[in-house]
Amino acid sequence: MDSSQLLGITTFTYLFSTILYAVIFIFRAKKLGTATTIFTLVAFLIQTAGLALRWQESYQMGIGHAPLTNMYESVVFFAWTIILIYLLIEWKFKTKIIGAFAVPFAFLAMAYASNSGINTEINPLIPALQSNWLIAHVVTCFIGYAAFAIAAGLGFMYLIKNMSASRQTTDDSTLIGSLPSLKVIDDITHKTMVFGFLWLSLGIISGAVWANSAWGTYWSWDPKETWSLITWFIYAITLHARYTRGWGGVRIAWLSIVGFVSVIFTYYGVNFLLSGLHSYGSS
Amino acid sequence: MNKKNPAWAFFASVKLALFTLFVLAVTSIIGTVIPQKEPASVYAEKYGANMAQLIDVLDIADMYASWWFLALLGLLSANLIICSIDRFPGVWKQIKADNLSTPVDRIRKMGRRESWQVEGSINDTATRLAADLGSKGWNPEQLEKDGGILLFGQKGAWSRTGVYIVHLSILVIFVGAIFGSLLGFKGGAMIAETKQVDSIHTFDTQESIDLGFTVRCDSFGIEFYPNGMPKDYRSVLTVLENGKEIQTTPIEVNEPLTYKGITFYQSSYQGYSDFLVKLTSEKSGAEKTFIVPYQQKTLWAEENIKFAVAQARAAGQTVSAMKILFSVGDNEPTSFWLDAGGTATLEGEAGNYLLHGKQLYATGLQVAKDPGVWIVYFGCTMMLLGLCVAFFMSHRRIWLFIEDDNGASNILLAGSANKNRTGFEKSFEVLKQDLQQS
Ligand code: HEM
Repeated sequence: MDSSQLLGITTFTYLFSTILYAVIFIFRAKKLGTATTIFTLVAFLIQTAGLALRWQESYQMGIGHAPLTNMYESVVFFAWTIILIYLLIEWKFKTKIIGAFAVPFAFLAMAYASNSGINTEINPLIPALQSNWLIAHVVTCFIGYAAFAIAAGLGFMYLIKNMSASRQTTDDSTLIGSLPSLKVIDDITHKTMVFGFLWLSLGIISGAVWANSAWGTYWSWDPKETWSLITWFIYAITLHARYTRGWGGVRIAWLSIVGFVSVIFTYYGVNFLLSGLHSYGSS
Repeated sequence: MNKKNPAWAFFASVKLALFTLFVLAVTSIIGTVIPQKEPASVYAEKYGANMAQLIDVLDIADMYASWWFLALLGLLSANLIICSIDRFPGVWKQIKADNLSTPVDRIRKMGRRESWQVEGSINDTATRLAADLGSKGWNPEQLEKDGGILLFGQKGAWSRTGVYIVHLSILVIFVGAIFGSLLGFKGGAMIAETKQVDSIHTFDTQESIDLGFTVRCDSFGIEFYPNGMPKDYRSVLTVLENGKEIQTTPIEVNEPLTYKGITFYQSSYQGYSDFLVKLTSEKSGAEKTFIVPYQQKTLWAEENIKFAVAQARAAGQTVSAMKILFSVGDNEPTSFWLDAGGTATLEGEAGNYLLHGKQLYATGLQVAKDPGVWIVYFGCTMMLLGLCVAFFMSHRRIWLFIEDDNGASNILLAGSANKNRTGFEKSFEVLKQDLQQS
């Protein structure tokens, strides 16, 4: 068994997980709840084993480093954090409906990682990446990104519920009614964004410290840095609008989606559409 | 300044903050799409004359240092300062408030409240409840008023400052950045092996800056992984003051050298078509290093040695092996291949010579002095702490009013939190049950 097999399996287990959560939502099949959670947990453990194995394999190749160093590895880690945070939310807020809106992101990330032709090999680290700050930076950023992905899923859920005739109901007699109340969705969206904002701040700061120790400049306005700051501004605006101007509901739901589009651009768009210093995810 | 002043109100408003953050977010995009710090001709060619003129007027070529972008950051700072001055006194009042003076009528109307009755005098009940609250960390204060006894306890009052710590941290970071750019510099130096510099050139103005000491590059080397990717760029630098060697330190990417507040970062390199040859006489111990141009005969007069690099094998810019011609006195020259970086032993009449040869490199150093960086890091730490306080802590207050009811005690428990009300409701419920059972 090697890590690529385990990570390959993960793509399918997350697909199946997505289907299970969709079934729970669409057919209001509450009975499947526990089984789905257990299945997702197992899928998560398989992926964890895959990541650990990939880490170990890199040591066997004599170029040992944490599996967080290129586009492929970061997308895989993104999927991992989405599931981790989702499972925490499921546990904390005692609802399984969110799964149908969050787990698909993890599946899509895995599907992209394994099928889009990006380089999946374990490569040695170029000198600029040989730093412990790399791990701190990537882990913190991706926890933030994963939280924002889930917040966008929740925002989407809010908009769907809000458009429907059963926006005020919270019973299982209708599909939309089975979603949590608008107030609850709004609350969880906000909390998830707050969580993500904290981690994104940590991510930007750890990146700045790293840049300073590698190049003597903690901030150089390269496109990736700038986009992460733009993303940070968007979430800062969202928090202020909510906190001081009482924005909520539809507006915050849209902002959670706009913010996530900015995340995707920071993460993906900058590498492929703009040019810059961040040699990091480009291979 | 008068707080009713419209200018004050403008700068204190959160609407302005939303506006400024929005404009910063949108305009920041420009510099990620239009390449920065290119010569004017590049923009003219790429975007046409009219656009190039606009780029020039608006300083888009270096937009993050342009007058209007800095003005936006200034506006954000003014906004933060005025907004904080405007609001903080109120928050301080809340933290320091004498909550025992809260009218009982208001306590009776609070959103979260419960009342129940217990046996016993109000004094006994108050003592018992106060002890109970104390053991739960509420540090209750007590006052007799309105014919009863009022107990008040609170947690996390200072957490109200969290938001202000975050806002202040942004200003601290700005101060650090300004401090660094006024008193520091960023520059570079390209130093060939064996050579030294005592000044460097700044990136922005190409101005020469005196280091106040000398830096010599003793050697530079690159290592590759088997697949050809670079593994390590490493320079050995020696710091000299008044001609005296102070310290010799190897540096790599991510492991710079700092001396007297100036930091040297490994950033690039350059390979030359010259060679670095070091000769050592085993007998006399004499040693000399030469920079030898390709295919040019060189003489070590003291030892009467002639040598040259006659041929070289290279992959791209990197020499892997070199063919050396070597002769002592008037003897026939010997010729042999030497791997770059290798050492050969050569026989002479008066003993052996060691010859070490490699391609000549220059190390490219980024040189920075930034006395503001610790202020920036301090601001970042403040921001993270402030965010944790603002997001995860709240100011919770509870009041207990105990009144006599024919020898029994009527208890009214009320409370409020400035944030996370759902969380507070749960802990309020638990507290109520604990107090009722005590
Ligand atoms: C990038 C800049 C800024 C950041 C990162 C930031 C951060 C924050 C955070 C984290 C909160 C707490 C929100 C919550 O608890 O959910 C907050 C609240 C607030 N911010 Fe900012 N802020 C920024 C700029 C500003 C500016 C320029 C103003 C100027 C008016 C401002 C005014 C406020 C106010 C009035 C509050 C509410 C305070 C309260 O609880 O009474 N912020 N900010």
